[in-house]
Amino acid sequence: MINIEPTARALMLSDALQTFPNECCGFMFGTEDEEGNRIISEIMVVDNAKEGDKTRRFEISPVDYLKAERHASASDRLLLGIYHSHPRHPAVPSEHDRKAAQPYFSYVIISVHDAENTGIRSWRLNENEQFEEENLGFFQFNLS
Amino acid sequence: MATIIIPTPLRKFTNNDARLEVKAGDIQGTIRELTQHFPGLAKHLLDEQGQIRSFLNIFVGDDDIRDLQHEKTVVQDNAVISIVPAIAGGIQI
Repeated sequence: MINIEPTARALMLSDALQTFPNECCGFMFGTEDEEGNRIISEIMVVDNAKEGDKTRRFEISPVDYLKAERHASASDRLLLGIYHSHPRHPAVPSEHDRKAAQPYFSYVIISVHDAENTGIRSWRLNENEQFEEENLGFFQFNLS
Repeated sequence: MATIIIPTPLRKFTNNDARLEVKAGDIQGTIRELTQHFPGLAKHLLDEQGQIRSFLNIFVGDDDIRDLQHEKTVVQDNAVISIVPAIAGGIQI
């Protein structure tokens, strides 16, 4: 189970919409309990460093990755994964996503068609290096 | 001794240790020593020929070893080495 706090979710969706039709990308930080349940409480938006067509590819620079690891260490949070968008495509990992994926990380994918039509799903590599979907939850606040 | 920082995705292969002490020498020797202690790391760090994988980024301090002497880069005592996995992906076309 992976839960994304509202502010983090809003920032991800905003990044995906603003970057459209290019792919956006960034890091996710948070906590993990003993059962492996994750809470994403913070994200770090980074530039898509891919040279060439950014409408169907993303890449994160090594320098940005180093910053993310250092931020996690300094803030006593875990670096739990990566988010990126799939403009005009489903929130399902591609074979290219799978081949480049790291173990342990959650991969949140945001499908963007337009501002009114987005989808968000999360995936993680299993022991056979195949993606399995994670249950994705969002915090609900009762304001009454 | 130098310090090597293990990236989060690979810490399951180092008993969740994020920082490890390694002997000073060069990068090739440091990575080899690391994979001897933690064999599960080998396929993520080395190719079939035992060389450091081409898509892996290794930094000494803030410097990419590609801007230094690559795998022959000398690791001084007190150096901090970071292993940085390549992060990429995208839709299928």
